[in-house]
Amino acid sequence: MNAKTKKTVLTVLKNILAWIISLIMLIPLLLIVINAFKPDSEALTLSLKLPEVWEFSNFAVVIEKGKLGTSFLNSLLYAGSATVITVILSSMAAYVLARRRGKADNRLYMYMVLGIVIPINYVSLMKVMQVTQLNDTRLGIILLYVALQLPFSVFLLYGFVSKVPVDLDEAAVLDGCGPWRLFFSIIMPMMKSSMVTAAVLCFLNTWNEFVMPLYFLNSSEKWPMTLAVYNFFGQYSKSWNLICADILLTCLPVIIMYIACQKHIVGGQTAGAVKG
Amino acid sequence: MNKSKIYPWYFAAGAIFIYTALSVVPGIIGIGYSFTDWSAYSKELNFVGLKNFIDVFSGNQDYLQYILNTLLFTVVTTAAKTGLGLLFALALSRNIKAKNFHRGVMYMPSVLSILIIGLVFTSILNPKNGLLNEGLRMIGLESLTQKWLTDPQIAFWSVMGVDIWRGTGYIMTILIVGILAIPNVYYEAASIDGANGFKKFTYITLPMLKQTLAVTIVLNVLYGLKVFDMVYALTNGGPGHRTEVMYTAVFKQFSQGLYAAGTTISSVMFIFMVIVGYFMIKILTKDEVIE
Repeated sequence: MNAKTKKTVLTVLKNILAWIISLIMLIPLLLIVINAFKPDSEALTLSLKLPEVWEFSNFAVVIEKGKLGTSFLNSLLYAGSATVITVILSSMAAYVLARRRGKADNRLYMYMVLGIVIPINYVSLMKVMQVTQLNDTRLGIILLYVALQLPFSVFLLYGFVSKVPVDLDEAAVLDGCGPWRLFFSIIMPMMKSSMVTAAVLCFLNTWNEFVMPLYFLNSSEKWPMTLAVYNFFGQYSKSWNLICADILLTCLPVIIMYIACQKHIVGGQTAGAVKG
Repeated sequence: MNKSKIYPWYFAAGAIFIYTALSVVPGIIGIGYSFTDWSAYSKELNFVGLKNFIDVFSGNQDYLQYILNTLLFTVVTTAAKTGLGLLFALALSRNIKAKNFHRGVMYMPSVLSILIIGLVFTSILNPKNGLLNEGLRMIGLESLTQKWLTDPQIAFWSVMGVDIWRGTGYIMTILIVGILAIPNVYYEAASIDGANGFKKFTYITLPMLKQTLAVTIVLNVLYGLKVFDMVYALTNGGPGHRTEVMYTAVFKQFSQGLYAAGTTISSVMFIFMVIVGYFMIKILTKDEVIE
């Protein structure tokens, strides 16, 4: 075999490997989609057989029985508000910490970023939630999500805001610009794309979050979609068609967002890891 | 210019306040509660000294096993994800048709809810009619079929397997970005000097990927130590307590009202992570804060 054929063979093998891995990654998702359209009789288990009868009413059934409408709105409220609050607070914090860089500021930054590492003590957190009257409230869950997402968001934005040139600040201050206007009308627009990245990641993470509501939301009318799905799974554990329909509706916003914002998501999650 | 005037400290106050109140404070008061008999059954709170810690570490109860399980999970999944991720990244970084499609698909599991992935896999791994065993039977490998999630010898490995399925694509994507960022001239120069593929890998690719690998390993270790959703959805710690990890144990204590035990396990982890975390953060923020 000469070098050229060897290379061609290698390329073909690589492509076959890529397809095999992609297939393995896709099977569970295909399972969900296919089985979401099956009638009860065909869905005792998940299989890759296409439905004999396409049953579109599954979605109506789960929306009604699984109370998906309420939990969808809950998820939207929690993930939406947490994202807005997180991105605003973390960009402000990242900005002043990155600009000041005194000894105390660097320590504060380390303290914030330590949040990526430290585990949450859910048991004593309940005590804090009770004392502050936040237990089993919508506001409580939103604030918990914010607390959970802030450290990574600060970490991500700190890197970006460090690249916004300081000359701009100086020019603006000479023109009589105060700190609020400087940040909101000059710095923020420059950080827009990194803030979108932070927002997308924050939204995805909070949409998928499951543990906080499991601990701190007792009333089912306040449950987000993840918890509602889990509960639905417990009740209808034999009806995989309904479970799949429920799962599909829960994942749909995330999948749409992933397809629309793939660059931001992959870029953001890799930004911390790959430098240069 | 007066820095503290243009960049006022109170810009950072909101973030620091919420983070402190809802993640640092519970960690710290949790340590205090670990020295008490705090539970849902009594209003009184008594100081019990080191009793809770002795319970955790003495091995009389299963807590030590949960800690070891958590460590095993962390080591195995981190090693497998990093190894497979690196292998796939090397194979798939160049000369792949429809590469955006492949990368999109392989990365996708890491944006889906872990809980939901777990639920779907409970069906796939069902011993009687799950897709995995059905598939094995179809290709004549009946002997390889297993009770994936209920056999005590295998269950924990199945859980780790599903987690490796979920996390490998993410590592691979990060590493591909890292590999593509290595300037081609290094490889060209090495070729001229007669270096073979393996030498190029050990002398160029690996050193250039060092920081990226370090960060992905840190992120994986962090995920592993805090794992909850995956185990909760797949086995909820069973059969028996064979797949119990720290956070599922904490949740069980919490639901049973045994707060002192739950907070003690959490505090052990909190203290451990604050110490180890310092070094992890150093890796994550390398070339950033110094200046």
